[in-house]
Amino acid sequence: MSNLEATLRAVRDRGAKSFVPYVTGGYPGVDGGLLRMLAAAGADAIEVGIPHSDPIMDGGVIQEASRVALQRGTRIGDVLASIVDAAIEIPVAVMTYANIVHHRGYEAFCDDLARSGVDGVIVPDLPVDEVERFAALGAARGIDVVLLAAPGTTAERYRAIAAASHGFVYCVATYGVTGVRDQLSVTARDVVTAVRPYTDLPLLVGVGIATPEQAGEASAFADGVIVGSALMAPLVAGDPKAAVELSGAFRSQIV
Amino acid sequence: MSVATRPDEQGRFGAYGGRYAPEVLIPALDELAAAWLELRNDPGFRGELGDLLRDFVGRPTPITHATRLSAELGYDLWLKREDLAHTGAHKINNALGQVLLAKGLGKQRIIAETGAGQHGVATATACALLGLPCVVYMGEEDTHRQAPNVARMELLGAEVVPVTAGMKTLKEAVNEALRDWAASVGSTHYVIGSVVGPHPFPMLVRDLQRVIGDEARTQYRDRVGTDPEYVVACVGGGSNAIGMFTAFVGAPEVRLFGVEAGGVGSELGRHCSSLTLGQPGILHGALSYLLQDADGQVVETHSISAGLDYPGVGPEHAYLKDEGLATYVSATDGDALDGFQLLARTEGIIPALEPAHVIGWLQHRPLPDGARVLVNLSGRGDKDLDTVRAALAGERP
Repeated sequence: MSNLEATLRAVRDRGAKSFVPYVTGGYPGVDGGLLRMLAAAGADAIEVGIPHSDPIMDGGVIQEASRVALQRGTRIGDVLASIVDAAIEIPVAVMTYANIVHHRGYEAFCDDLARSGVDGVIVPDLPVDEVERFAALGAARGIDVVLLAAPGTTAERYRAIAAASHGFVYCVATYGVTGVRDQLSVTARDVVTAVRPYTDLPLLVGVGIATPEQAGEASAFADGVIVGSALMAPLVAGDPKAAVELSGAFRSQIV
Repeated sequence: MSVATRPDEQGRFGAYGGRYAPEVLIPALDELAAAWLELRNDPGFRGELGDLLRDFVGRPTPITHATRLSAELGYDLWLKREDLAHTGAHKINNALGQVLLAKGLGKQRIIAETGAGQHGVATATACALLGLPCVVYMGEEDTHRQAPNVARMELLGAEVVPVTAGMKTLKEAVNEALRDWAASVGSTHYVIGSVVGPHPFPMLVRDLQRVIGDEARTQYRDRVGTDPEYVVACVGGGSNAIGMFTAFVGAPEVRLFGVEAGGVGSELGRHCSSLTLGQPGILHGALSYLLQDADGQVVETHSISAGLDYPGVGPEHAYLKDEGLATYVSATDGDALDGFQLLARTEGIIPALEPAHVIGWLQHRPLPDGARVLVNLSGRGDKDLDTVRAALAGERP
């Protein structure tokens, strides 16, 4: 079992919930030091975005963070280097888009991740139908290829996603792209409930989680919560300290 | 792989195509694929669409013998006149078909992206005709470059949303339309404007555009008594070219040429020649040829023609290229300006800058003397007059 899956299972086994903050790699202030602070603020794992020119699954905050990161010349290797530099014990998953992985080559990309101590990878535009070869290459190197389950699909498809995912299943809370919402969507619970019968993997909810209170609501039915745009907003506003403090607030509600 | 069996059930044209889309869109893509496979040969749907294409669009569009241009270039040239279709380009064939299909699926809202504005105008027109609300995403830069088309869309009742991300052009407009669709997928249909995007869009748009080539081949045979030796069309995303090529792919003694926008140079960022200068990559849900940097970031592009200003291309073109079933070349901004003027002067037809690339390419006489050539004249040039006048006044891009 991979480090990522083992960690998230261990959290669940002790009756707790996982908190997974997301940050966009290459954005000013997103470095090894910030990852260490997030770990110290109680993160169980961290998701680091490798910025892409066309982030179709991302809303305004992460689009802007990606644009700035690329404009200052961020390369894939820079993001991986910041993960190595962080030297944190908790697992790290990277999030990026299919062309980044495809262009490097599925196998070489998995090798890059393994060399950098990355434990998992989330590629929202590689759905279950397209992911088989990449997932196998990752598994052979101890890299979990995490699949997303979204609202509105069939039981058959939830079953296929649950069977093919590694590490955990990323349950997309709502229709639409990343970015904060006024309230936790009712579809968040629907997705978790629909996937649960088909897998023993931890089920984490993400997309649209805006406040520690919403994260608390989600952790009532999920095994953990992923928080992205809400934490990136203070970073994009130039206040990394506020992002770390907010992480602490999320952590305290995710129980 | 024949046209009838292309793509396969996974949406593959050989290695290309597929469905690299966020999970939240997959149910809608499944629904659309199933509906289209059922309806594309359904007599009721074909009849309704056929009536609209005849009575509203003005199909069949004619083919015209380009007598004076033929004499000038030393070819025997015929033009398929998509510029005479209602709204001034081939885009209406696809937009009308998709809006009709969406209505049949019970969708209550239509979204679209547009670059030059032709697809946006076509979609707004189809929505006005069929009574559905329409939102068009358009790069902010393009809303300025193509202001008359913004006015047209608004007159037709559509809401035009300027997109301010990135280069503020077509690629970003597609991104934003995909984001809207991810949030609204239950009630909304996304009318994609070219043979790009996740399966089934490349198939759906091809099937709706193949009327161009089906008509043209019959018309050409009626008039000339045989097939053309060369069929040429411009390629941005590639819908007019696929629409024309599909009737001819695999026909012996017919060679297919796609002309991409060569912009102002062969360095990355100065052109839109995805097939001639790009590498395989994934953009907007499909694997095809793509203009990208060493990390797989999609790069900025340039063309004098907003309709060709796109870093990717439809996956079926990638397949046709790799299989040697079609040949792809490029023509520069300057070629397009030359072709634009030449066609106007010799034939009394002002073409859109997109197909002007084809005329410009032919001016270099790349084909044997006396060749029988059929060109898809995909749209008319009214929208480009300001751009052309500025370029000819010395502000050559």
